[in-house]
Order: sequence, then structure tokens, then C-alpha cells
Amino acid sequence: MTVELAIFLGLAVVAVGASIAMLVSRNAVYSALFLVIVLFAIAVLYLLLSAAFIAMVQVAVYAGAIMVLFLFVIMLLGTENVESESRRPWQFAAALVLSYVLIIQFLVVAIVLPGDFGGEFGALVDGFGGPASIGILLFKEYLVPFEVTSLLLLAAMVGAIVLTRRESSR
Amino acid sequence: MVPLSWYLILAAALFAVGIFGVLARRNAIAILMGIELMLNAVNLNLLAFWRYLWSDNLTGVVFVIMVLAVAAAEVAVGLALIISIYRRRSTVVAEEIDLLKW
Repeated sequence: MTVELAIFLGLAVVAVGASIAMLVSRNAVYSALFLVIVLFAIAVLYLLLSAAFIAMVQVAVYAGAIMVLFLFVIMLLGTENVESESRRPWQFAAALVLSYVLIIQFLVVAIVLPGDFGGEFGALVDGFGGPASIGILLFKEYLVPFEVTSLLLLAAMVGAIVLTRRESSR
Repeated sequence: MVPLSWYLILAAALFAVGIFGVLARRNAIAILMGIELMLNAVNLNLLAFWRYLWSDNLTGVVFVIMVLAVAAAEVAVGLALIISIYRRRSTVVAEEIDLLKW
């Protein structure tokens, strides 16, 4: 067993375990903190896939900004413990069956994939995949999608401000 | 070397856990967390496919950056909606927000 394989298996166990802990913990703050663990594990997996820039973005944007937003809203609304007995007990069973069917389908597809997908991948050229080359690609070849994404972010920002504005100020 | 299918199986497991959270949790904030988990599983798939099959160009990485931006926008609007709903109805339990139901 190589070192890479051992790291992958450890990270996979951490990620799946923390995501299941995120589901079963009744306190929303604990759920958010478990999700942070999952995001960090996935960031290290990105490093294994030699996508260092994406890994750093994952830590800064996801584990940093987005999870702080989650924790802020949870604590602002004081809704840590709203999970009580559901009025629809069949919902839990239906969710369990549906996700079980989904993962069986995924496993079948992943295992019977045609060809030798498990192959080696060569080392990347030095500097390839770094922030500089990604930036050049974003601003040259993918300029239009990039600008559309920035418009989307602007719309989301305006929408969030409008939605959370006090009623009396209208 | 880790086979590609292992990455796919891990992403599938994370996606299934996320969709279970979306379907089974009652707290609207926890439902958003499940959506985040599903988006991360998709990102993991994208990067694994990029690295194993198309690592001669950076298209996969650009794709993941777009997904990250869309996820950030989605969380901002979703949490703003939850705050707005809480102001009006004093609840974030998904099945009590039934104003639009017949």
C-alpha cells in the first residue's frame, strides 16, 4: 500500500464519517462544524489530485466564508435545536430508501466503468495548474462565462440584501 | 496510485449522504448544508475526471471555479431567504413553512 493510497483512505473515512455525524447530530452548530471537517478533508483530496489552487479556494471560500455565514445565521436566529419529532415519520424511511438506491446506482456505474480508468497519471508540467495559468485561461478563453458568473454573484448579493432588509424601511 | 473509481465511489457516498440530509432533515439550514455537501461531491468528481482523463488542459479546474461561485451565491440567497422567513413566521422548520401548499 503506497503512502498516497493510505492518505486517500484516511481522508475518505474522515469525510464520510464526518458527513454522517453532520446528519445525526441534532444541534445545528455541531452539524456546521462537522461540515467544516468534511470540507477540509475534501480540500486535502484536491491536493492529492494536484489542484492546489482549488484546494486553497476550498479552504478560504468554503471552510472560511460560507461556513462562517452558516454559523452566523444559526446563532443569529437561535435555531440550534429545532429538530423534534417529525409529523411525517415516513419521510425518514423514504429518504433512507432513496439515498440507498442512489448509492447502489452510483456504485454499479463506478465499478463497471469501461476501460482501465484506474490508470496512472503523469506529473504536471511545473507551473501548470497554478493561479497564474488558471487566471490567464479565465480571462482569455473563458471570459464570457467568467463575466456571467460575476453578474450572478452581483445578483445574489443584491438579492440577499433586499431579502434581509427590514420591513419597516420599505 | 489511487484508482479513479475510488474517487468516484467516495464522491457517490458523499452525494448520497447529502441527498439524505436534504430529504430527511427538518431544519432548513441543515437542508442547505446537505446541498453544500452534494456540490462538494460533484466538485470532487469534476477534479478527479480532470486529473485522470483531461489533464492536458485546465478546463476542469475552470469548471470547478464556476461551481464554487454558484455555490457561494446559492448559500447567500438561501440564508437570506431563511432569515426573511424567520422574521415573518418565527420558524426555520421546513414542514411548517407551508403557506404555498393547497
